[in-house]
Amino acid sequence: MKLLRNAYLAIFAIYLIGPIFVITAVSFNAKKFLAFPPRGFSFRWYAEIFVDSGWFNSLISSLLIALTSATLAVLIALPIAYAVWKSGLRYAKALFSLGVAPFILPPVIMALAFLLLFSSIGMNGLMINVIIAHAMFLLALPLVTISLGLESVDRALLEAAQTMGADGKTVFRTVILPIAAPFAFAGFAFCFVLSLNEYIIALMTVGFTVETLPIKIFNALRYGYTPVIASIAVVFLLINVFVFSLIARFSNLSRILGAMD
Amino acid sequence: MTNNKSLPQYLTLIPSSVMIGIFFMIPFALILAASVAVQTPEGDFNYGFDLAHFERFLTWFYIERALFSAGICALIAALSLLIAFPFTYMLTRFNERAKTLWLIYILAQLSLSEVLIAFSWQVLFSRTAGIGNILEFVGIVEKSFAMAPSAGAVIAALVYLAVPFAILLLYPALSRMDRSLIEAARTLGTSTIGTFFKIVIPVNRSALVSSSVTIFVLTLGAIIVPQVLGKPEHWTLSVLITDQAIFNFNLPFASALAVVLLILSGSVVAAVMKFGGEK
Repeated sequence: MKLLRNAYLAIFAIYLIGPIFVITAVSFNAKKFLAFPPRGFSFRWYAEIFVDSGWFNSLISSLLIALTSATLAVLIALPIAYAVWKSGLRYAKALFSLGVAPFILPPVIMALAFLLLFSSIGMNGLMINVIIAHAMFLLALPLVTISLGLESVDRALLEAAQTMGADGKTVFRTVILPIAAPFAFAGFAFCFVLSLNEYIIALMTVGFTVETLPIKIFNALRYGYTPVIASIAVVFLLINVFVFSLIARFSNLSRILGAMD
Repeated sequence: MTNNKSLPQYLTLIPSSVMIGIFFMIPFALILAASVAVQTPEGDFNYGFDLAHFERFLTWFYIERALFSAGICALIAALSLLIAFPFTYMLTRFNERAKTLWLIYILAQLSLSEVLIAFSWQVLFSRTAGIGNILEFVGIVEKSFAMAPSAGAVIAALVYLAVPFAILLLYPALSRMDRSLIEAARTLGTSTIGTFFKIVIPVNRSALVSSSVTIFVLTLGAIIVPQVLGKPEHWTLSVLITDQAIFNFNLPFASALAVVLLILSGSVVAAVMKFGGEK
């Protein structure tokens, strides 16, 4: 029985990690073509990301878009989540549901919606378009994580603070903020990572003017592949692992994933 | 709650309301309006009321595409849950450290761009760097061969895309499951595998149903995998919408297809929830 279990776990791990392993091996190839097992060993495809101005510009645009849209999403989500938690306003609850909706819809629908909006008001291909679009698309994540954070604030703590004479602002700063901030950070981090990896909304909002990394990779795929893509896949995976480790370290991962109350 | 007390609350909600109004509700309404817009001879369109785009959908070519999309997404949902369920069950019983490390990796893979997943599987299915190569090396086949584009390649990559989601969707229910049920069954002499099928699966039935719906809708949104690993006959509705919007500049028809996609995912969610809710 134990043998069966371990065999299944081993196969599952190979299935999950195998493709990533092959890509990692390919990315260290010394030759221009893709080969596995790799021929020779070199870091040239990693250097290429930073040396080739095309790839480097894409990397910078993607990072810029991810950082600003994640910030914007958190700023939009904060007042909504706070109002739902603080007073349970029906209006705030409605806003909350509307804010979660774009994330549930198939992304191509939101992409098309943004394309229609920006083309009908004549804002074509500006970088701000994709920043707003990503913030709206990913708004659900900070909404949910910040709400989880606020729900974990013990109401007794608030009463204790108030009885000891703290005013509203002091309570917010000294009780609510320290407990909820790691969850807001988690929402920010989720947005950052998903924005960095997002393709279709970026394509339909700025695809012809700004080449984000996923767009550039897709375009490169159509003209035959290059090992640079493999090295970018590895870099992206490492960024993802790093960001989620931060969440696990400084926030409450199992709570965010819904495994505990 | 008195009015003068909640007024400041409403004021703090104004910026967020404006953002959601302008950048979600208006664009969403534009899709509905564009789907019935009137096409002008110059290839542009004016808002109006014309069902021509929906009539165009009602040809066998597009209906077949919609059925194909629904079928392949249902298959992916079933396969990915089948693969993920036993693992998630075991994951919940790992020690804290192993659990956290696995969850971090699964989240990292889940967030990896669909473009990169498609690329990885393109490499795996290629002639020079893929599974064919390994088979040649081991001696199972004489000469390495390319396995994509094919329906099998699309399915394999889509399942790979869906499995991390399946794990995270099942994870909450499985970690909260009442372990005493399993102990009781074991004490009464049920085998480990018997317990799994008679207790673990039935107890988590509603989580399985809702996860399958979520994965179905999620897979409907896949755009790159069918294009990169499939032939045009493997394209799903999402790919056709992108194709119409970006390469044919036919926004009204793309919008009509988007409305069809909305109705398709909405009705599947509703049907499965109703059917799955019955005991």
